[in-house]
Amino acid sequence: MKIFRGRVLAGGKWKGEAIVSHQGVNTLATFQKSALKNAKEVIASDQNNADLFGKCLTGKALCLPVTIGSTTGGLVIQTVCSMKIAPACFLFSEHVDSLAASGIVLARVWEGSDVIAVDQLGEEFLNTVKTGDTLEVLEDGTINIL
Amino acid sequence: MKPLFATMEELIRANVHTIGKFTVDPRPLDYKNVKCSPIEKLVFAVMYGKQEEYEQQLMQVGLRDRKAFTCTAYLPEVGNVPKKGDVLSWAESSAVVYANSVLGARCNRNSGMIDLFGSIVGWVPYFGLVTDEGRKATWKVYVKTTKKPEAQILGSAIGMKVTEDVPYVFGLDRFLGEELNEETCAYLKDFGAATASNGAVGLYHIDRLTPEAKELGERLITEDAKEYIIDDKELERVYKSYPVMWKNKDAKPALCFIGCPHLTYDQLMDWTHTLSAALKEAGRKKVKVRRVMTAAPEVAEKFRAAPEYGQLTAMGVKLSSICPLMYTNNPVTKGKAILTNSNKLRTYSVARYCKDEKIVNILSGKEGV
Repeated sequence: MKIFRGRVLAGGKWKGEAIVSHQGVNTLATFQKSALKNAKEVIASDQNNADLFGKCLTGKALCLPVTIGSTTGGLVIQTVCSMKIAPACFLFSEHVDSLAASGIVLARVWEGSDVIAVDQLGEEFLNTVKTGDTLEVLEDGTINIL
Repeated sequence: MKPLFATMEELIRANVHTIGKFTVDPRPLDYKNVKCSPIEKLVFAVMYGKQEEYEQQLMQVGLRDRKAFTCTAYLPEVGNVPKKGDVLSWAESSAVVYANSVLGARCNRNSGMIDLFGSIVGWVPYFGLVTDEGRKATWKVYVKTTKKPEAQILGSAIGMKVTEDVPYVFGLDRFLGEELNEETCAYLKDFGAATASNGAVGLYHIDRLTPEAKELGERLITEDAKEYIIDDKELERVYKSYPVMWKNKDAKPALCFIGCPHLTYDQLMDWTHTLSAALKEAGRKKVKVRRVMTAAPEVAEKFRAAPEYGQLTAMGVKLSSICPLMYTNNPVTKGKAILTNSNKLRTYSVARYCKDEKIVNILSGKEGV
């Protein structure tokens, strides 16, 4: 088991599957297709992200450096959280960006979402975790790769 | 987008509005100039059926007027031109990066709605690009190309490399000069939009050209800044890395969008002259592919008053003020072979990116895709 510790942005306890993007996740490009068609799950639609394209993100721990792209990003995260099709956790290796932070906070406060977010997990976290790994997320920002 | 409408309703119920008037991103549809099939219209009716309701909500909260729909509010014709040092509460990634970099204003990459809240309270959080420290460059980018790089590819390359960091770009002044004029600003508009959509750049400095680079020079660069060298080979590598998402990769293009972000007046003029010359050379009167150019309502209005507008429409080109990105969100349009010179549109749709020169050649029938 490998253990990493980050800063808690939106805390919670969770166990489940990881999905990993080694490049910044373009929120609008990734989520827009599923959000617009009121889908039951998010299938990543960003053709420029080979790590995620075509894969299901719903209910998983999305491990990423930061989010990138359009400033609708926060609103998109808030929306997919309100639709209950968002990833269960956002695990950032770097300092969270302003768009993701807005979306996660609005989702928690206004949408009653239980989305979890931890940042500053470090480059080593992203180099270690693999898509399909089982992760355990603890309230204090500890991530166990089981 | 239920949370958006719910928040707007709550603001209206509380009789809350912004301190000043604001503009928003372009409308999604313009059936007069961007024709759609009945099926497309049906889907659009579902997708954007609440547009009118949304516009009424915006008016109640502080939208400037019914023309205030553009991603280029900072153009002189539109009139929201911040001064150097002004602190803004804007969203729209291409506008934020332009305001920070070209105008020297200070604005974070605010999420949609957060920008509205800042405009209501008159304050923004003090962090990131609003601070002196946050405006320092952590990347030194050296442009060593043999000719002026395509703005949209250069921006894409830098955005993908530096992600959300601040780059200080050397070597572009060889091509752009040392003064901000209309042509340079238009180049930087397109360059910035690509840095912001292909990465998350909110501010860049161009050596000897942009306001803070002129004022502070290399003092803007942190000691531990990383380096990125861009030559012809690197630009070509980035260009060739763009996936082609057309269902039939050899399809004949059905539509071409130019103007994401919205075009400037000079860009409309330049495209008209360039296309006209290319068609003349090819012995054609009309463009080979249905083409739509987009600009802010005020810019389009000014252009419609110029003789070039007649020249443009005579070539079969339409002028609109829609958001091409929102238009291409329609799943039915995804089956269309759409061309664009916008890296932003390429990123968010299945449109295929082509360099300006290639687009001119395709439209004039000189070459295929």
